[in-house]
Amino acid sequence: MPESILSAKHLDLWYGENHALKDVSLDIPANRITALIGPSGCGKSTFLRTLNRMNDLIPNVKITGSLTYRGEEIYAPGQDVTALRKNIGMVFQKPNPFPMSIYDNVAYGPRTHGIRSRIKLDRIVEESLRGAAIWDEVKDRLKKPALGLSGGQQQRLCIARALAVKPDVLLMDESTSALDPISTSKIEELALELKQNYTIVIVTHNMQQAVRISDCTAFFLLGELIEFGNTEKMFSQPAEERTEAYITGRFG
Amino acid sequence: MKPTSLSRRRRAWDLGARLLLYASAAITCALLVFLIGYICFRGIPGLSVELLTTAESILKGTVGILPALQNTLFVIVLTILIVLPLGVGAAIYLTEYATNRRLVGAIEFATETLSGIPSILYALVGVIVFCTALHLQKTLVAGALTLVIMTLPTVLRSTQESLKTVPQSYREGALGLGSGKWHMIRTVVLPSSMDGFVTGCILAVGRVVGESAVLMYTVGLSTAAQYFPSITDLAMHPVASLLHLMKDSGATLTVSLYLYAKERADFAVAFSIATVLLALTVVINLLAAWAGRKLKRS
Repeated sequence: MPESILSAKHLDLWYGENHALKDVSLDIPANRITALIGPSGCGKSTFLRTLNRMNDLIPNVKITGSLTYRGEEIYAPGQDVTALRKNIGMVFQKPNPFPMSIYDNVAYGPRTHGIRSRIKLDRIVEESLRGAAIWDEVKDRLKKPALGLSGGQQQRLCIARALAVKPDVLLMDESTSALDPISTSKIEELALELKQNYTIVIVTHNMQQAVRISDCTAFFLLGELIEFGNTEKMFSQPAEERTEAYITGRFG
Repeated sequence: MKPTSLSRRRRAWDLGARLLLYASAAITCALLVFLIGYICFRGIPGLSVELLTTAESILKGTVGILPALQNTLFVIVLTILIVLPLGVGAAIYLTEYATNRRLVGAIEFATETLSGIPSILYALVGVIVFCTALHLQKTLVAGALTLVIMTLPTVLRSTQESLKTVPQSYREGALGLGSGKWHMIRTVVLPSSMDGFVTGCILAVGRVVGESAVLMYTVGLSTAAQYFPSITDLAMHPVASLLHLMKDSGATLTVSLYLYAKERADFAVAFSIATVLLALTVVINLLAAWAGRKLKRS
């Protein structure tokens, strides 16, 4: 296993009275794709959203335990959430491009972080769109509204937008579940390419997807981490009975 | 298939409903067209350069509405300048920052109630608070401040409603890229809710233009000549001349309309004023829509 970049130790999370994550300990390896699987409401998305503090938006969240990014406590009182989210980018379930041009969408992040030079922005936009395998499709219509793109293109645009701030980790929250199979496979191929330079964590409901693209898999059930390990091994010889029951489709 | 009695009845209902709806639409449009047409028909003949560019002169026996026009525009601009930042700011706070749901609910209920209060009560508040307690007397500034209080609920509510229509996913997307909260609001949320400000602005202007009760008691009833800043005054001493104007007292267009129609029974002038008011409203609404489109694009 390569070194871990994100590490949770005895992490507990409550939404009000609801104990959503129970004593989760997990090391996410750098430059790999880690899949989080489990039935709806098992805590996998919640866990993903603790990694870049997107849960901060929800009132009444309580978190205990330790969660570190490159050794630094993510929930430390003085943590710069803006800088954290710049390093740990996120692609959401539904494509959510802003109602602006394609160019402005990709340039949004860099501009937010203070890049004003037209030349620099042009370069970042092109690099990011190429990185998200959508440059050829949009290079002639950069000034057109992003909402005019198809769902799959919009999602790749959102990936480009996330790449434009040069993150380290990319979180993907069921990012292909709203897309057709062809768009899905494009994004899967993209993820496999991106893992050379990025650490990717995906939440997926699609077991085949986890097998196809991930290196490690974490199986969550009712807020607990049941099993975590090499994907191939987990899907061929799961250590836990409950994992086997889930991946063979006996519940979920 | 042979139509059953049930399907025949349904079709009859359908036709009946459609006719009723057509009729309501037709009556509404007809009333509106008739009203505008009648005002223009009676008002346009009385319009003249003299009417629009002079003040009333009892000595010469001429009628002019320049002071009223100036007062109206001044009150509109002053009210909007104060109410927009206040209302939009409060709406942003309530929808984006406030965490106490019950407090927000209480404030929303209060603003809803305030927007339904008859304006004569606002006039009373204006007289007691601005004219008397704050010693502003009957002046344009006292009137504008009273109108700010009156239109604040409208602007607040319409802005809030438009902020609520901005999808949560836009906010998440921006925050997920490391944007700060205010940056996110300024760059993503506000541009997407521009239509709401324009609507709020138009509604507020509409209430200001149409208001008479408040202005009678807080700005005054005089239709006589008053201070009129020349272009050179405005250019050389902008602050002083605007302050002077703020402290002026006099009737606005709506109040003069009332005075001419009710107290002097001079309906020709009243209809001319109505035509001017109508034109003013159209121009302001077009301006607001244009400004909204401009802001949205930039």
